[in-house]
Amino acid sequence: MRIVIGEDSVLLRAGLAKLLADGGFDVVAAVPDAEQLLRAVAEHRPDLALIDVRMPPTHTDEGIRAALVIRHQYPQVAVLVLSQYVEERYATDLLSVQTSGVGYLLKDRVAHVSEFLDALRRVAAGGTALDPEVVAQLLVRRRDDPIDRLTPRETQVLRLMAEGRSNTGIVDALRVSHSAVEKYVSSILAKLDLPHTDTDHRRVLAVLKFLRT
Amino acid sequence: MAGRPEGVYGDHVTSTEAAIPRLRGGALITVLQGLWSAPGRRATLHTLAGLPAGVVSFAFAGGLPVGLGYSAGWSLLYAPGSAWPATTGFVVLTVAVVLLLPLIVRPLTAMQRLRSRALLGVDIPPPPRRGGGRLIGAWAAAGMWRQLAYHVLALFTGVLGAVVTAACWLVGVAMAVVLPLELAGGWDTGWSLPATLALAVVGPAVLLAAPWVARGVARADTAAARALLGPSRSEQLSVQVASLSRSRADIVAATDAERRRIERDLHDGAQQRLVSLAMNLGMARANLTDTPEPARRAIEAAHDEATQALAELREFVRGLHPAVLNDRGLDAALSGIAARAPLPVRLSVTMTARCSPVVEAIAYFVVSEALTNVAKHAHAGHAEVTVDRVGDRLRIAVTDDGRGGATADGDGSGLRGLAQRAASVDGTFTLHSPAGGPTTITVELPCAS
Repeated sequence: MRIVIGEDSVLLRAGLAKLLADGGFDVVAAVPDAEQLLRAVAEHRPDLALIDVRMPPTHTDEGIRAALVIRHQYPQVAVLVLSQYVEERYATDLLSVQTSGVGYLLKDRVAHVSEFLDALRRVAAGGTALDPEVVAQLLVRRRDDPIDRLTPRETQVLRLMAEGRSNTGIVDALRVSHSAVEKYVSSILAKLDLPHTDTDHRRVLAVLKFLRT
Repeated sequence: MAGRPEGVYGDHVTSTEAAIPRLRGGALITVLQGLWSAPGRRATLHTLAGLPAGVVSFAFAGGLPVGLGYSAGWSLLYAPGSAWPATTGFVVLTVAVVLLLPLIVRPLTAMQRLRSRALLGVDIPPPPRRGGGRLIGAWAAAGMWRQLAYHVLALFTGVLGAVVTAACWLVGVAMAVVLPLELAGGWDTGWSLPATLALAVVGPAVLLAAPWVARGVARADTAAARALLGPSRSEQLSVQVASLSRSRADIVAATDAERRRIERDLHDGAQQRLVSLAMNLGMARANLTDTPEPARRAIEAAHDEATQALAELREFVRGLHPAVLNDRGLDAALSGIAARAPLPVRLSVTMTARCSPVVEAIAYFVVSEALTNVAKHAHAGHAEVTVDRVGDRLRIAVTDDGRGGATADGDGSGLRGLAQRAASVDGTFTLHSPAGGPTTITVELPCAS
């Protein structure tokens, strides 16, 4: 799998390149700002672009804007955005163009190598990976609505669904049985009045749409 | 004192002080020196200069407009047809002079202030400068009328002061010359003995009084100048308030800028390094599966510590001034702190328009501090944050279902710091926390600060 990295910190750029190379990925370019990132994506057409949010010149949301440009111009290139802080507003922006092949994670997550690489593969394969913090931020925004009717366990499952996890992923995370997870999921979808779908991806979309509205 | 060597003692006294007691008739010399001492001398010069200065002041500030106005009025009443060019000229000049009076008064005031500073060493505070329309604005300025009054008054105080002071000196000096001659019989003035004796008493008295009269006149003139030429009490206060508000706003903005700088420094420095460290340890942990147990344990512990430190640092930095606050505003930034609180928080923000960056930063700090406080002290199960913009005010309410009884007293209290931050932009802080709860903190901030 071919990857382009956009990260202004020399230390992290080298670290990420090494991490990905060790994980069996092919890092075709690693650049320090958004402008060079867009050029590298145009040139290499990678499978995935790994992007830092704060990059020169203004150090605000360059990475988000670059990711949106990539989503618009090269829909086949998945984007995984990394940041020291995650913001639901940026997540909403990222998901507004297209909800498949998008990831938005805290930089801390790279320290847990195998989980991070899993998320990266999931995004590259057209899935979604939202940081639990983003999901938590989306949840604090909901008032007086069906979410209040969820049990604590169901809320937990909803969070994992929103992060982009499949049923198997949820089983691993909560250490419960497959059938239990299936039961929770259908109960949640019923309570929130969301459509039942076969694919994990469409289910994530439904949950995110629900959280964002 | 007695044991001191004379040379050392002598070093500590001035030559004049040392000299006086040794001279015979020292008292007389002291009196005469007092007569021509620096304050008396300066006051005399200042008072004498008051006469020409007063004449100039009055001539331009009072005489010129009144004279022209009188001439214009006379021409209009008694000779309207016969000498119309002169009449028109007088009327135009009168109007022009009255309109331009502020421009005439300004140099006159400068002259009188210069007299005080140069001759008396006293600084009269400058009159306040007002913006706005140049002529009308200058006329409308409150100080204008008071300055005008001073310049009109200056003629009378100047002439009177100078005449009285000069008279004292002249009479005194004349008596000091004439009387000894008269008494010695060298000059027959033809005065009767009682008159001569009376003059012998009055003459020196007048001479001795002269510097004090001059100083009195100078003091009265200075008082009048301070009251009429300088800013009034309310003007002084309003200048002071303006300057205090400005410096307070500067401090608030500087604090805000400093928090941003610290946030940026930590983001670019320590945080990146910690991420890198945690990532390297994570790689080591993942790859070194065949290393001996103790080494692996050590790596695992280090990895856990590093990720923990990273999370704590992020928590801290996020409380300072997140980039998203500038970028997307208060509404967007609050999601982060509400979600990170260790208890369930409901957040509702209704803002139609953004507030000034400083106010947004303070509002952010308020919510962050309030939630930290709830988590630490309230023993609450839930908290609710509501932010509304009502007109040009931002209203922030943080409610929790904890045990209540919170106070904003005490130096260490987070609530106190919160109240201070609100007050720094003229905001209000109210705390409602009955024992048993619930607790509501309400902060209102003016949006435009």
